[in-house]
Amino acid sequence: MSESGASVRLSGWGRSRMALCHLLRPVTRDDAVNDGSATSSLIARGNGRSYGDASLNTAATLSTLRLDRLLAFDPADGLLTAEAGLLLSDLLALFVPRGWFPPVTPGTRFVTLGGMLATDAHGKNHHVDGSFGEHVRQFDLLCGDGVVRRCSRTQNVDLFRATIGGMGLTGTVLTVTLALRRIETPWILQETVRCRDLDETLAAFEAARSSPYSVAWIDCLAKGGGRGRALMYRGEHAPAAAVPTGTRAPRLVAEPPRLRVPVDFPGWFLNGRTVQAFNALYYHHGRPGSALIDYQRFFYPLDAIGDWNRFYGRRGFMQYQCVVPTAGGRGSLLRLLDLIAAGGSGSFLAVLKQFGACGPPGQGGLLSFPMAGYTLAVDFPTSAAALSLMREMDHVVADCGGRLYLAKDARMDPAMMSATYPDLDLFRGICRAVDPRRRYRSLLSERVAL
Amino acid sequence: MTDPTLAQTGLVVRREPVLIIGALSDIGRALARVYGREGYPLLLAARRVERLTSDIQDLTLRFGVPVGAVELDILDLAGQGAFLDALGCLPGTVICVVGLLGCQPEAEKSWIQTDLILRTNYVAPACLLGEIANRMQARGSGCVIGISSVAGDRGRASNYLYGSAKAGFTAFLSGLRNRLSRHGVKVMTIKPGFIDTRMTRGMTLPPFLTAQPAEVAEAIWKAQAHGRDVVYLRPVWRLIMLIIRLIPEVLFKKLEI
Repeated sequence: MSESGASVRLSGWGRSRMALCHLLRPVTRDDAVNDGSATSSLIARGNGRSYGDASLNTAATLSTLRLDRLLAFDPADGLLTAEAGLLLSDLLALFVPRGWFPPVTPGTRFVTLGGMLATDAHGKNHHVDGSFGEHVRQFDLLCGDGVVRRCSRTQNVDLFRATIGGMGLTGTVLTVTLALRRIETPWILQETVRCRDLDETLAAFEAARSSPYSVAWIDCLAKGGGRGRALMYRGEHAPAAAVPTGTRAPRLVAEPPRLRVPVDFPGWFLNGRTVQAFNALYYHHGRPGSALIDYQRFFYPLDAIGDWNRFYGRRGFMQYQCVVPTAGGRGSLLRLLDLIAAGGSGSFLAVLKQFGACGPPGQGGLLSFPMAGYTLAVDFPTSAAALSLMREMDHVVADCGGRLYLAKDARMDPAMMSATYPDLDLFRGICRAVDPRRRYRSLLSERVAL
Repeated sequence: MTDPTLAQTGLVVRREPVLIIGALSDIGRALARVYGREGYPLLLAARRVERLTSDIQDLTLRFGVPVGAVELDILDLAGQGAFLDALGCLPGTVICVVGLLGCQPEAEKSWIQTDLILRTNYVAPACLLGEIANRMQARGSGCVIGISSVAGDRGRASNYLYGSAKAGFTAFLSGLRNRLSRHGVKVMTIKPGFIDTRMTRGMTLPPFLTAQPAEVAEAIWKAQAHGRDVVYLRPVWRLIMLIIRLIPEVLFKKLEI
């Protein structure tokens, strides 16, 4: 039964751009096929955690949140098939107690499987395990011509590669089959390292190459000799032997947290001074050493505060996440950090992470973001100054052969897009083959002329 | 299935099955998720039972509880007894989520539609829950949960056919509760306000007064655990409906609310 949708004001997580979208909310796979067939254009939306305008289409935005059924699970090899709207938080609550963990997880668990596929999400283990798409065995894709196609590394291979990281522009992902991995405990052995400048931070990443998980929180507002000072966190799944007997398993939190930001903070709340003070406090407060912590605290520290995006007030914020190649990476990062420090409007959340090589060439997603190098993510409150700062940062990124993450972007222009994503024409051709009228569109795809 | 080092385990309690009537509705689906999570075996009744296949698969994989599906056309009053006999057991809890909002302006001009609204919201659920309650009374235990509506608290121009049927259903549940309270059978009336379901799709609803199906299902489960009789969802509706009921009729008949 097809239900006509309602117009709803939607935005990405950064809330920098709101749009009145015709929201479709199918409950079954058949609904999804029918609901989307009549609209002039559409885009699928998971849990709305991409930051910019990737999940917005005013003509029709199809929410997959009610398509969240588990369809098959094989406890022998951990292969899970589920509908694309399944939240990672649900997956964790259901499978961690059985000793399984997602192969890749981003920094929030309030994302859907379809969203992780469409953004080719990466996690703290990218340097070892690659991105989400590498663990996807197959998926069913509803294309713009109304046909549902099964895609894998042997079936509809082009479409498989275009959809991984393809920002939903190849169609609506209906089901995903992925391989979970075994864990012995829900605990993480975490080690914190304090790094006094960028060289120490990069050296710490090199030293952490064999650690399954690594990430650094970096103080973007530190100047001079302390540029790039950071707290680096390394982690691994704790084996049963590492957990003292009698330790109670952590409480699993599947629901959004009770502690939430109830209102929009005033726009002046986050300014250069408050953030600088916070960063200094955070840096000096971080305790080097090792600890046994709950996986939720390790992977999802910000999930503990609901609606934390409201800290940035009504105007919203933008996250700038770029990757720069390993060769010359240090220099590029220093140039970016100098620009940010000079701009003075950095953020709580600045994250540096080393990416590994991205599998054999000719296999990964055509629009996948990761490449061997360093990725830096910084939040800025939406403002004219931040926008011009980000334009300057674009030059540094483009000059060194890096690129921006579409899942976070809200302001890149078509020139930057075509200069930094080499497989764009190939991608467009694959889209056109299954969607001759290019019905799958989003505000993002229109903005960067995808 | 779970390992104590991986998850906190509670006491294992053997639960009696829960029958959800109207299992294909948004609230029915959400209820199945909550009661399944709590370890109850599930019996799902719906008219188009073949549409439940993927939900059954999902519930089984999620919670490892037994899940059965039974076909039921609740409007077929003569077939209700056979439906209950075919269940094989009398469930511990029965939740009736059946409801039809209909289209008020059209129903005003059509006795066929009026009849359908009244039968779906009142006559058919009353007959079925009445028979279930009789069997529970004979057994001496059980819980009947009826999803009524705040629309039954006072008739309004915009939906009084639906509202009057729900008013009848509310009174039915109240009477049933009164009759069975000394026989070990619990009867619960749930009065939701706005819920974000297919029934209300396309309407513009105030977000503060509008509950999500999952939220409603959690609240029903909690209310049952606490032994509540009449539950408004969200709770603010109790106050709203109190005020609406207090408005004098002279005034009320002129209002557009």
